[in-house]
Amino acid sequence: MTEPVRDADRVFHNLDGSGDGGLAGARRRGDWDDTRALILRGRDAIQGTVRESGLRGRGGAGFSTGLKWSFMPKEPAPERPHYLIVNADESEPGTCKDREILRHEPHKLIEGTLLAGVGIGAHTAYIYVRGEFEAERRCLEAALTDCYADGLLGPDACGSGYDFEVHVHRGAGAYICGEETGLIESLEGKKGFPRLKPPFPASAGLWGCPTTVNNVETIAVVPTILRRGAPWFGGIGRAQNTGTKLFCVSGHVERPGTVEAAMGIPLRELIEQHAGGVRGGWDNLLAVIPGGSSTKVLPAAACEDLRMDFDGLREAGSALGTAGVIVMDRSTDIVAAIARLSHFYWHESCGQCTPCREGTGWVSRIMDRFVAGAAAPSDLDTLEAICGQIEGHTICALGDAAAWPVQGLLAHFRDELERRVAGGRRPLAA
Amino acid sequence: MPTLSIDGTEIEVAEGTTVLRACEQAGVEIPRFCFHERLSIAGNCRMCLVEQVGVPKPLASCAMPVTDGMQILTRSERVQAAREGVMEFLLVNHPLDCPICDQGGECDLQDQALYYGRVRSRYREAKRAVTDKDFGPLVKTVMTRCIHCTRCVRFMDEVAGVPELGTMGRGEDMEIVAALDGCLHSELSGNVVDLCPVGALTSKPYAFAARPWELSHTESVDVLDAAGSAIRIDSRDGRVLRVLPRVNEEINEEWIGDRSRYAVDGLVVRRLDRPWLREDGGFRPVTWEAALAAVATALQAAAPERTAALMGDLPGLEGMTALADLMRARGVASVDCRQDGGAYGPGVPASWRFNAGIAGIDRADAVLLIGTNPRREAPVINARFRRRWRTAGLPVARVGPVTDLTYPVTELGAAAQVLVELAEGSHPFADVLERARHPLIVVGSGALARPDGGVVLGLARRLADAVGVAGADWNGFSVLQRSAARAGGLELGIVPADGGLDAGGMLAAARAGGLDFAYLLGADEIDPDAFRDTFTVYQGHHADRGARYADVLLPGAAYTEQAATYVNTEGRPQQARPAHPPPGDARPDWKILVALARELGSPLPYESLDGLRSRIEAAVPHLAHIDQLPPVAPLAPFGDPDGVLDAAPFEEMVPDYYRTCPISRASATMAACARAVADA
Repeated sequence: MTEPVRDADRVFHNLDGSGDGGLAGARRRGDWDDTRALILRGRDAIQGTVRESGLRGRGGAGFSTGLKWSFMPKEPAPERPHYLIVNADESEPGTCKDREILRHEPHKLIEGTLLAGVGIGAHTAYIYVRGEFEAERRCLEAALTDCYADGLLGPDACGSGYDFEVHVHRGAGAYICGEETGLIESLEGKKGFPRLKPPFPASAGLWGCPTTVNNVETIAVVPTILRRGAPWFGGIGRAQNTGTKLFCVSGHVERPGTVEAAMGIPLRELIEQHAGGVRGGWDNLLAVIPGGSSTKVLPAAACEDLRMDFDGLREAGSALGTAGVIVMDRSTDIVAAIARLSHFYWHESCGQCTPCREGTGWVSRIMDRFVAGAAAPSDLDTLEAICGQIEGHTICALGDAAAWPVQGLLAHFRDELERRVAGGRRPLAA
Repeated sequence: MPTLSIDGTEIEVAEGTTVLRACEQAGVEIPRFCFHERLSIAGNCRMCLVEQVGVPKPLASCAMPVTDGMQILTRSERVQAAREGVMEFLLVNHPLDCPICDQGGECDLQDQALYYGRVRSRYREAKRAVTDKDFGPLVKTVMTRCIHCTRCVRFMDEVAGVPELGTMGRGEDMEIVAALDGCLHSELSGNVVDLCPVGALTSKPYAFAARPWELSHTESVDVLDAAGSAIRIDSRDGRVLRVLPRVNEEINEEWIGDRSRYAVDGLVVRRLDRPWLREDGGFRPVTWEAALAAVATALQAAAPERTAALMGDLPGLEGMTALADLMRARGVASVDCRQDGGAYGPGVPASWRFNAGIAGIDRADAVLLIGTNPRREAPVINARFRRRWRTAGLPVARVGPVTDLTYPVTELGAAAQVLVELAEGSHPFADVLERARHPLIVVGSGALARPDGGVVLGLARRLADAVGVAGADWNGFSVLQRSAARAGGLELGIVPADGGLDAGGMLAAARAGGLDFAYLLGADEIDPDAFRDTFTVYQGHHADRGARYADVLLPGAAYTEQAATYVNTEGRPQQARPAHPPPGDARPDWKILVALARELGSPLPYESLDGLRSRIEAAVPHLAHIDQLPPVAPLAPFGDPDGVLDAAPFEEMVPDYYRTCPISRASATMAACARAVADA
């Protein structure tokens, strides 16, 4: 059992917006406290602390942040400056953590951007904000204006001698622009088509220059890690799954919301202590999607002792993803729920590569037949086959993301799907 | 050099090679739709997936660089399954109606479906239907067939340099669209038809004309510009149905211009297919015997000094040689192959050839264009300039009117006077040329056809000396010809003998009543009114301009109907081969002249094509080295640099790309293109 996170160990103290999100309020909470000294620790020290803290990317893939930063060239070439991109294109259904940071803790993000910029040798950062986040963009830009006015950013940021510019760029409402290379394309003014990898952004990213793309939450925890030290962050949670984490609990719970808890918190504890419990009690739980819409659904039976961290969920056959916990009680039509997600991925497929372009629509249409009770028995096998043909065959991970929810459904609720066949009408073509 | 194993076979490849290329080098074929070796890598079709041992996901081999020690499997069950999966996806929204698709029989998707397709479709949903787009008179669209490989988009962006195609919409709704309806504003647009791996983009003029297996293929060369692109003529039942490019890395790579590809419908209209005699202001069909007798009678009656022969833009070496021999045997001095009056250094090959070689553009590091628009005069050559600019930032400057060449150009103005500044070294671009290791000066044949052509040539020559264009392994002084016959005629030395008239002199003499007899071998780009009062014989395949005041019309063969040798602008001899015999009573050019010589009672010293070619070889040995560049020509003195330049600026020499010769002027397709461009 993980220790519950102590209030003093929380990174975000204004997540609910009860306090002042502005510069003065942020300062009271400890942000921008002698940032100059943190900058002057230098690139290697910052990178080292982040690596030692065990911080893993909060955007979904859970890749070691320090390791990612270390892929950047050691010495920036003058004609190829380094760029930091903060991915604030939070679009994964069920996820609403970056939104809260942008709204109520923008200074954590901005300070983190500056320090992460130092950590990778970048003097320019772009914060790519989801197009629909208009209110959030205003909060962020107001905070940025304050920072520039206060000399925290710009030439000689915080009096450290380090020049740092932060630009806000708004997306136009495409899920695919949250994929890091799709985001880079979009930032360059092109269609948000993910790029082929290699080359990875650390060698050829924005404008062909070395680039690191990090999630908002990843960046926002960096200042606190630097202030309190790697051992503090590493002491929370368990090995390889350290620190605190924002969990977005939505669906059939009494008090949905975004909360900060220690990594590895048991799902049941998360739901019952932080979200008011499952509607109608724990026994009314049908299933949970633990990490945002693309992760595989887990049935109630698997939720009993589920540890909410990267490795715990991987062992359970799902993933932590963005920690967007979607709770479904027994009133849920699980097939319709997953069909809705299939429709989402069909709608959001960029169309660049074949399996996702052609497969997501097919999956969605078959799922609709199951919802309508009009599926043929062969549709089950076809569905399984198509998902397998999409997964791992695409340029970016959206193909995988489209396949996993259905694969999870097939793995845990196959009987429910079969019932839709037996009870349904067979389509004419069958 | 990394070493990898492909299906268990070790192979060493160059650094940076992709897995797909490595597989090709190992002789393993990898299916692909989006990948094309002359376009950027898109990696979107996913058909080229292979397995790397120890890597969970299959790799897109087209995009993956080889790393040392890689173990690649291309025939494993996983690979087969992955490709079958991709094929199934490609086919779910692709119409399964090959029998009514124009691409049927030459379709990559159809071919690959044989290896990777399922016997039965599992797809029971409604299929996508996509509205067709208007890409103009050349490219037909059936967009429902599109598999979104984006080859066409990449070609237009990268090679053609006319970024008019793109993708709109997302996911399943993604479509290829043109920025403007009505036409693609590129002289290379037809190549997207070849690039399209399915039946989404097909040839509009050739729509439903034939199935590929019905066609006879003839490998030949294009003569509708002076590049000498390699082509394949597809014909059936004595009719050319289409022309496709062949690969020739040194000239056209695998592209051809739209005129070369699509003007062939002009080969069947307005043809001369029997001899005609002028009578009472009209023409009367006659037999060959009567026609030749009439020509012989008039020729014998004409004094040699009042007799002239002029060659046009399309005849091959054989026809021109036979005519020149026939005339010279009669003591006629006025024989000229320079229908446009271009000024070239007599007997100095360097003054008419593209000495750097077309492939030499890939080495050039500074270019000056003088009075030429390569985009219209030779689109495939222009594509090389563009690539050189894209890959190496080639600086290009131009003396001539401003037009879009698809790459940035430093404009030096259209006035010829700037050539003096350049030649004297007082112009800044002269420094750019001088600093370049492989400077290239391209003189347009149009610039030399001006009254002051000799001065232009001389100044270009002086500039060449001043900036040192000719080095040990490089001669950057290059003339870009516009017509397929010109360089060949010049190599053969078909210019007036002492006391003879050149093209301009012939026309002036004819107007003044100073000519008794004129023989026009396909000479159409002249003012035919000049020959109103001269007994004129027109030998050619179309009753075009030159036929207007002719007294006898002799039907010759077009380039698709006779064996003929053409010398391209580089001076490279290449052979055109007949796809079918000429129509009706028309005959190969050289045969007509051999028969005429016999009629005259003074037969030519050859009676066969081989004999004629031996005669050409004896006169100019390198013309027998087919497909090979001529020996390097020394930059001997030529031109008249101290003459007086005209005040007139250089003009666009090809105002209408689509109609430049008798064949393209007869083509309804080319007329439609000209209209579409004018309307857009």
